[in-house]
Parts: sequence; C-alpha cells; structure tokens
Amino acid sequence: MDIRAQVSMVFHLDKCIGCHTCSVACKNIWTDRKGTEYMWWNNVETKPGTGYPTLWEDQEKYKGGWEKKGGELRLKLQGRLGALTNIFFNPYLPTVDDYYEPWTYDYENLFTAPEGDDQPTARAISMITGKHMEIEAGPNWDDDYGGSPVYASNDPNLEALTDDEREQMSEIERVVFFYLPRICNHCLNPGCVAACPAGAIYKRGEDGIVLLSQEKCRAWRMCISGCPYKKTYFNWSTGKSEKCILCYPRLESGQAPACFHSCVGRIRYLGVLLYDADQIKNAASVPNRDLVEAHRSIIQDPFDPQIIAAAKANGIPDGMIDAAQKSPVYKFVKEWRLALPLHPEFRTMPMLFYVPPMLPVLAKIKDGKYDNADVASKSLAPLLSSLERARLPLQYMASLFSAGNDEVVAASYRKLIAVRIYMRHKTVGDISEEEALEALRAGGTTAEEVEAIYQLTAKPTMEERFVVPPLAREVAIEQTIDPFTRKREGGFGFRHAPQRGG
Amino acid sequence: MFDIVLFAVFPYVAVIIAVVVGLYRYFNDRFTYSSLSSQFLENRILFFGTVPWHYGVIIILSAHLFAFLVPVLWGDLIADQTRLYIMELTGLSLALMSIVGITILIARRFRNVRAKAVMSFMDWVLLFALLTQVILGFWTALVYRWGSDWYLHTAVPWLYSLLLLNPEIQHVTALPWEVKFHMLGGFLLVLLFPFTRLVHIVTYPLTYLWRPIQVVIWNRRVAK
Ligand code: HEM
Ligand code: SF4
Repeated sequence: MDIRAQVSMVFHLDKCIGCHTCSVACKNIWTDRKGTEYMWWNNVETKPGTGYPTLWEDQEKYKGGWEKKGGELRLKLQGRLGALTNIFFNPYLPTVDDYYEPWTYDYENLFTAPEGDDQPTARAISMITGKHMEIEAGPNWDDDYGGSPVYASNDPNLEALTDDEREQMSEIERVVFFYLPRICNHCLNPGCVAACPAGAIYKRGEDGIVLLSQEKCRAWRMCISGCPYKKTYFNWSTGKSEKCILCYPRLESGQAPACFHSCVGRIRYLGVLLYDADQIKNAASVPNRDLVEAHRSIIQDPFDPQIIAAAKANGIPDGMIDAAQKSPVYKFVKEWRLALPLHPEFRTMPMLFYVPPMLPVLAKIKDGKYDNADVASKSLAPLLSSLERARLPLQYMASLFSAGNDEVVAASYRKLIAVRIYMRHKTVGDISEEEALEALRAGGTTAEEVEAIYQLTAKPTMEERFVVPPLAREVAIEQTIDPFTRKREGGFGFRHAPQRGG
Repeated sequence: MFDIVLFAVFPYVAVIIAVVVGLYRYFNDRFTYSSLSSQFLENRILFFGTVPWHYGVIIILSAHLFAFLVPVLWGDLIADQTRLYIMELTGLSLALMSIVGITILIARRFRNVRAKAVMSFMDWVLLFALLTQVILGFWTALVYRWGSDWYLHTAVPWLYSLLLLNPEIQHVTALPWEVKFHMLGGFLLVLLFPFTRLVHIVTYPLTYLWRPIQVVIWNRRVAK
C-alpha cells in the first residue's frame, strides 16, 4: 500500500448555467499573454457538441490517452522508441485551426477612416500574424447549439446511440443540451506526463497537481497529443507547452482556484482524496465496463485507522488527512457514488468527477399545447420513470461518464431522482410518504443520505464546497533550504522574462 | 596569415564560444532552450521539409563524425569499390534530401504568414547558413569525387591537429575554395549554435527510453 493525497474536484453539472465566468476568471489570471490567447485552461462546452479543440474526444484523430495492447497498458500515441523517431514531426498534433485563430479588431480605423458615404468598420486582425483575417471559428462557436448541423451532429459520443435515439435528440420539441465545464483532470495516470520525451511534466507528490516545467520543456509537443482531454496547450510564441496549474499559488494560500471561486452556479467542489498509488496500474487496466468501479476502489476511506496509519507512514501530514475527512469530493465520489469521471476509457484516471445533469422537465407539445399532464404527479409513476423516458439517452451519458456501462450512470441517476422525489415530498408535500419511500428504495439510498446530498448540493457554504488542505509549501521548502537563502538565490520565479529563445 | 586565422584560430574561437555561451545559456536562461516547433501554426508543408531535412542531415553528420572518430574503421568500410560507390551514392542522396528539406523549410517560412510571424533574425541567419552549408557539401561531393576517402587524409588530420592544440593547416589550405568554405562553414555553425535554436540538438531526449513512465516529484522525500 502506498497512500497518497490528491486535491480532487467535483463539478455538479445540474447546476451549471453555462455562463463562462469560470473561463474568463482563468483567462484573466493565466492566459492573457502573447502566445496563450487561444488557450482556455478552463472551458465550458455545450453537449452534444464537438468541443474545444474540435473533436477532442476522437482518439483516432489525436491518439490521446492509453490503450490496452496484448494485455499491456501503453500510450495510444506511440511507444518510447516511436517518440524519438516521430520527434521531428508529430503526426497527431492538433493545430491552431483545430482551436481557432485568436484575433482582435482594428479599432483605430473607426477614428482614422477618411470621411465617406459608409460607416467605417473595425476589421478583424489576427493576433498571430497581425494581418487582417476572416474569422471562421472562435471560442464556443457552438455554444447552445449554434451551428449544430456542423458541431452537435459530429459529437463522437453519438456513435454509441441508435438512429432512433439520435433522431429523437434533435426533434425540435425534445431538443436538449447541457454544459460540460472542463479543466485539467490532474490524473493519476496522466498521458501528458508519460508522453513527454523531456520529462518536463510531473505530478507533485504532496497534492497530485500536474505541472509542466517551463524550464525543461523543449517543444517536442507530444503532451498535447498524449493528453486525451487536450488540456495541455502549445504556446506558439515562447515555444513551450502550458497547462492548468489548478491555481496552486491560490491553493497554497488557502484559496480555491479562480474558476472554482468565481463559479456563479456554485457547481464546483474541491477536496482531498486519499488513494493507493500501488493500484493505479491495475485499476487503469481493467475492462471498460469495470473502469469506474476500479477507479472508485483505489480511493481509500480517510476514516479507516489502517489507511490513516499508512498515510502517516508515507509522510502525509495530519492537516491533509483532516482535509480528506472533510472532503466534499469524497462524499460525492465514494460515499454517495454520484460523481463520475469523464471518459474513463481514456485510462488516465482523471481526478475531476462529474455529477451527471438531471433530466429536463418531462413536458412536450401535444396538439399545439404545452402538455405536462404526466408530470404533475398524482401518482409517482412519471417521476420514477423519468430515467427511462429521459430526453438525453442514457447511452449518451454512459459514453461520456462510464465507458459505455449504462448501469453505472443509471445508478447515479436513480439516486438523484430519489433526492428529487423525497425532497419534494418533504418540502412541497404533494407526494405521499409511501411514494417517497419507494423512491428511496429505487435509488438505493436512505432519508439521511438524501438529506445530506441535498444539503451539500443546494445549500453548502463556501467552506463546505472548498476544503483546501494546508499545503504550506513555504514550510516544505524550509526543510531543504532556508527561505531567505532561497529568496536571495532564486528570487520569486523567473529571473528572465519568459521570452522566446533564438 | 589569413589561412592561419581561418583554419587555426577561428575553429578555437568558435568552439570556445559555443561551449561557454552554450553552458551559460543552459544554466542561466534554460527557458530559451527549445526546438521552437512551429508545427502548431503550420502542419502540412512542415512535414515535407522537416522530415527529409532532419533525417538527411543527421545521418550525414553522423557519417562525418564517425569517419573522424574512427578513421581506420571508416577506411576499411570504403576500401571495397562497391562499398565506396554505395557510400558515395547514399551520401549524395542524403545531401540532396536535406537540400530539398531545408529549401522547403525556408520557402515555408517565407510563404506561410503564420510560420513567418514567429521568425526571429537569428532564425533566418541559421536557415540560410544551413542551406549554404549543405549546398557546399553536396557540390563538393559531386564535383570532387570520393570525398569519403580524401576526407580521411585532409580534414581528419587537420581536425586531430586542432584537437591536439597543434594546428597543422597545411592539410587543408591547398584544397579548392568550395571545400574550404564547407569546412569553415562547419565551424561557423558551431559558432551559431549557442545563439540559435541549434541548441535543441544537445537536448535530444534519449533518457525517455529508460525513465519511469510517470514522473512524481516530492518536495522532501525521494520518489519511489
Ligand atoms: C538531435 C536530433 C534533432 C532533433 C530531435 C531535432 C528536432 C527538431 C524539432 C522538433 C524541430 C521543430 C520542428 C517544428 O517546427 O515542429 C526542429 C527544427 C529545426 N532543426 Fe532540428 N532536430 C535535431 C537535429 C538537428 C540538426 C542536426 C540540425 C542542423 C544541423 C537541425 C536543424 C533544425 C532547424 C534549422 C530547424 C528549424 C526548421 C524551421 O525553420 O522550421 N536539427 N528540430
Ligand atoms: S462559472 Fe460555473 S455555472 Fe458558470 S459556466 Fe462555469 S462552471 Fe458553469
């Protein structure tokens, strides 16, 4: 047993309103520099949709993540020798067109244009070349189904569906979508780390944050393909890859990452998970059906005295264990089994989990009228069966969150439905007690658990949502080098402006 | 006198600057050590330039180095006529490959606005220096036949004399000007090394072959 701690995340998709506040908060802090304009370390995409960069989920195109070959887990991109021979040219690299070419506008023309018969315009100027350009795509071009024939209908997850299911999703009265906010998953078995020939990417032992050393990166650009989530980005100006750093400077001073802190829907939870690092390889190698269960099973109970002892033996400080016991992520992922990893079949063991979005209200237009007759619950049947009649086929959610195993997603949904029915029984009172109890049974849950889920979902305080462990990096540095010596020798961060080399 | 400066002084200057500045840059501004890939900005033409260029130039350079390091083995290798033919022919085709490659790379930097946008002055200097160098090499091989043989009796003794700090420039001063320029061009590139992206050569990530596939860094304890 090799117990380690990981700062982990849960995004509750039911609460996301798709406002992109998170993305903007991140951009303002980290990616407003030259070469990073196109990067969105945090982005929010509409699902179904092709996402950012386009078709990132299609690993036949980008070769991200791992695959099992002859029983062995190996990078889909290439073997070790392959990395050294493909190094001159990476055949699976997304280019700027797969994201979008960043631009600004020629505002000056509005002031300096000579007088004429028509209004002057501010034409788009590329932020790469400085030349005029035609805008063909931009961030969230497909937001809320914009251009859906091009985007939504090319979603790789639709492959899991039957023709009927696909048709039903685009039927006009039943049309449905939800938002999927994405940041780096700070995986346990990261593809980016494994793919980097220079060994520039690493996982911090103490908290599991995956970082990319700007000093060691040599622009071999394999991480961009290696990460199946496309969450490392190439800075075309400095010739270095960059990625989400989970706002570690904020975490180290006790604050939640900027995207978490700013989230308007309060969908985000942050907390520590303890896991057994010895089991990573096995858990990442099980058949697709069992991936979610294997993932859950390497996460350890922070209250178990044996685990605590093993954690302490591994040098995990008490503060970290304490944080793990209070972790909202542990509750959502392990205790309640509601939150699921995104595309576990990529086998990187992502440590960002999603509570799947609840199903839209079950009304439809009948004879030109809004007909919600089966919703207004006289009996329980409509609500209980809402899973089977969901507008988003369960198979679609399974393709996203459980490597195709719809039983896993269904179990999560049944519990969420139980919460809905039970709380309605309690607060509105139009559902009888027997019905509420039946819902609890169907969801495999209890009244206390439902109350707890409701509490943490609907009314959590900031301290309950973000249980930031004491990372105390300055203390850690003290062990190896006196902070004042370090300050004198190393200063804070870069001694040279991070500029492109010759 | 001029020959002395060129063939006995310049090589030392080039190598010393390359080593000193290269190390200085590595230890003081490692951030700038990068191959500065532009594949993200332009993908298609790059393939047809960078692949022939790198495979061509790396194999040829290795042959130069091999013949210099173990001249006896090299001599044995080309002692047989068929093998000599094969060697010369391979060399010529590889040289042609790198010329085509670098020409495409240069054309790409001129014609593709995005690829051009990230060019620095030194990038241009380097590209043209390399183009000149491979053309001179190709020309030498084409016009002054059997270079794989006479290289052993001209450049190699000269290089060894430089290595032994006892320059004997008479091994090379009588050679035709194209050949001499090619030799000086080599040292010019050595000189350019620390000031350009050529530094990416010494960062070839060989350790990837054996390093643990996952990297975990601890603040205090040694990784398992
Ligand atoms: C040791 C093995 C080498 C490796 C792994 C390597 C790798 C690379 C890579 C990844 C690039 C960037 C290509 C891109 O834009 O994506 C590059 C560019 C370049 N390399 Fe190398 N290289 C090697 C050896 C050499 C050598 C020996 C030379 C010349 C003597 C050379 C000259 C160049 C030049 C001039 C460029 C820039 C090309 C351009 O302008 O697009 N490389 N190299
Ligand atoms: S800020 Fe929160 S609610 Fe808004 S888009 Fe981001 S994740 Fe969704």
